[in-house]
Amino acid sequence: MITLTVNGRRHDVEVEADAPLLWVLRDELGLTGTKFGCGIAQCGACTVHVDSKPVRSCVVPAGSVKGAITTIEGLSTDLKHPVQQAWLAEDAPQCGYCQSGQIMAAAALLTKTPNPSDADIDREITNICRCGAYPRMKKAIHRAAALARKA
Amino acid sequence: MTPMTLMQASALSRRSVVFAGLSAAGGLVIGVPMPAKAGIQPAILAAGANPTKEMTAFLVIEPDNSVTIRIPHAEMGQGTSTALAMMVAEELECDWSKVRIEYASANRNARAGGKLYEGMRTVGSRGVRTSVKLMQQAGASARERLRVAAAQGWNVDAADCTVASGKCLHSASNRSVEYGALAAAAAAVQLPQEPGIRAPRDYRLVGKWTPRLDTAVKLDGSAKFGIDAQVPGMVYAAVWSTPVAGGSLKAVDESGLKALPGLLGVVKLKDSVVVVADKYWRAKKGLDALKIQWDAAGQGGVQQADLDKGLRDALDGPMFTAEKKGEPEAAFAAPGAKLVEATYEAPFLSHSPMEPLNCTVQLAPDRVDVWISTQAPMAVLETAAKETGVAPENIYVHNAFVGGGFGRRGGAPDELLHAIAAAKAVGRPVKLIWTREQDIRGGRHRPQAAVRFKAALDAAGQPSVFQARVAVPSLLKPGPQTSVASEPMAVECIAGSFYAFPSRDIGVLLKNSHVPVSFWRGVGSSQNGFFVESFIDEMAHAADQDPLAFRRTLLAARPDALGVLDALATKGDWGKPLPKGRGRGLAIIEAYGSVSGQVVEVTVAKDGKLSVDRVTCALDCYHVANPNTVAQQMEGAVIMGLTAALWGEITIKDGAPVQTNFHNYRMARFADAPPRIDVHLTPSGGEVWGGVGEPGLGPLAPALANAIFAATGKRVRRLPLSHADLSWA
Ligand code: FES
Ligand code: FES
Repeated sequence: MITLTVNGRRHDVEVEADAPLLWVLRDELGLTGTKFGCGIAQCGACTVHVDSKPVRSCVVPAGSVKGAITTIEGLSTDLKHPVQQAWLAEDAPQCGYCQSGQIMAAAALLTKTPNPSDADIDREITNICRCGAYPRMKKAIHRAAALARKA
Repeated sequence: MTPMTLMQASALSRRSVVFAGLSAAGGLVIGVPMPAKAGIQPAILAAGANPTKEMTAFLVIEPDNSVTIRIPHAEMGQGTSTALAMMVAEELECDWSKVRIEYASANRNARAGGKLYEGMRTVGSRGVRTSVKLMQQAGASARERLRVAAAQGWNVDAADCTVASGKCLHSASNRSVEYGALAAAAAAVQLPQEPGIRAPRDYRLVGKWTPRLDTAVKLDGSAKFGIDAQVPGMVYAAVWSTPVAGGSLKAVDESGLKALPGLLGVVKLKDSVVVVADKYWRAKKGLDALKIQWDAAGQGGVQQADLDKGLRDALDGPMFTAEKKGEPEAAFAAPGAKLVEATYEAPFLSHSPMEPLNCTVQLAPDRVDVWISTQAPMAVLETAAKETGVAPENIYVHNAFVGGGFGRRGGAPDELLHAIAAAKAVGRPVKLIWTREQDIRGGRHRPQAAVRFKAALDAAGQPSVFQARVAVPSLLKPGPQTSVASEPMAVECIAGSFYAFPSRDIGVLLKNSHVPVSFWRGVGSSQNGFFVESFIDEMAHAADQDPLAFRRTLLAARPDALGVLDALATKGDWGKPLPKGRGRGLAIIEAYGSVSGQVVEVTVAKDGKLSVDRVTCALDCYHVANPNTVAQQMEGAVIMGLTAALWGEITIKDGAPVQTNFHNYRMARFADAPPRIDVHLTPSGGEVWGGVGEPGLGPLAPALANAIFAATGKRVRRLPLSHADLSWA
């Protein structure tokens, strides 16, 4: 059995310690907002926060996680996080499948770098969007930074 | 049974939930018949719908004035669900903030003999353009019934009643009533004749930049994709299929499974192995622990170089004449004719939508439920019926948000076959998920292709003849054969070209291999666009003409194309001088009923390092439903086109794809996206609507290659560009 703190709640989960965090979140805790895209830390669809830092949950053994996990479902209530607000304003998503991961990656970037340049975004966010929503997501990240500054 | 909630409300009412195929509990339901559909009244209902209240199946008005619009097409990012809802709302004059969307039910369509929602396939950029009239009529018909019902209630003449923003009004008596209160009465109204639909010049909502209805649910993880299906008691499955397409399973050594927990079964299919377990990661671990031997069906020695050579050699062999016009031979032989010749090649490509293929099934003796992300719910339904022996009217396809399709989910649902086999084997509901490795290795790729062009320029530098010889696998006839035959996709953008070539001679050979191919976003236009538009550039340079001016002359009879070229010229800064090492390239194609062009601006460093600085898109799709989502489709097509042009290739080694995941099948990321993508829409009107989802793909690669030529003098005739040495001195 392992114990995880997810979106502020403690969960005891009856799985082996090396079960990937992604599948524990999705299938054991029912938090399906976090997505599977590659399984090898390439795409970022599975990005969640552990103590506010982005991790690719598909390659993280659930039993190794000691910190507080935040998933897309726990980022805010009612879309109030600046990144969600900015994404809404730019109408960024297309199919939407990568978006949970993109939003979590962007939120983590803004925590670390509150006013990122385009170069910062290019370097720090390597999540894949097959639909190619990058232009709007990039605008949305700048908008989110501005929103967070105002708040 | 937990029907999965798929499409949800607009941002305002985003938490309200509607179940596909059912009216919301307790609501009054109005379904409105349309004249074109009169022959199939009354519609056959999904289980649970109230037959006395519903007449047809396109829209539901609830007592709280919410309007649920049923979308007969898949939402896979292209914005069709918002666009079609706009069509209905345009005529219905309802309150847009109360509009919700849900999928139309494939089961119900099957019960109506497939006539209710028609094919329901979302392919060929057809989502909006084939349903626009149907959806507008649904809205108009409902509005008229509501108006008549209001007039009857007030005992006044319907001609004195108007509608606005979800209300019927009688101005003479200063009375109004909301649609929600009228829905039941309106359901009983018989109109003497169905109303006409609005002309484009009268649109108030359609054509306006409108936020997508499905954005909010994609920002907090609540949007449900096929992979998110949750069915009580379900277990999980992972699958490997033969790496060499057409091969079969020879032997499976299961000894590695002994120590693994939770395993429920190993299912051996003709060409695949499925491992079922209580948890997905355990199924995947089991799969990895198997030692599998495959029979490559004699294809295990096939190398990419053989396939390349096969297509190139075919260019010299017999071909089917797909188009012949004028006097090609005479034009080539004419004194002073200047010949231009070139051969182009493009590789296999994997679709690799972000959501890997997956399918959840629950089997009962007389009922099958399938949760899947699909572009073709009717194909899923029919396949499930065939595989299980359950009648089509008892198959329930719960289509979900589709995490990218690009054609991969438009046809044979391989994942459905695997899931059904697994569910049969273990006697429980099964969620089966393809790994990314299975997705790329088990892909049905964009066809590899080779084309040889030959053209002649007359003394004035005008093309007198255009010849193309095309060698490409068939999309319509799978199998290893070669046929001296043609099909439309093989010669898209080549035969019937919109350029005014006086003489034409287009030959085709459909040369298949064991590698399975399928429709990939843009289909023939995605590689043929590269071929033709690069070659036009070569012709323009051979004629010593500006590539845009050269095209203008050839497109003089096409005002739509001229409009696109003009937008590209002005917005794309065409002709503005750039230093050596920087360049602009242009391409324009006609595809999916639209004209689409792009100007790409690049910088190529002396060492060959390429950066794409800017892309300007122009599109004439004749009518625009939602400029927001059209622009999104263009932006996305540029990025997908860039991925394909720069790195995209599936390489065959020993019969099997070499690429396996995103580390060796590279995708554009933030750092690769051009800093600037501008989209200009030049809708020129007329009777027909053009497609939007695919036409943006074809121009990117040639505009990019032409820009590289402008910057460096180097002509790239083979994709992907990563193989080309772009260094210059
Ligand atoms: S699924 Fe984890 S990075 Fe792709
Ligand atoms: S929105 Fe479809 S993959 Fe990013």
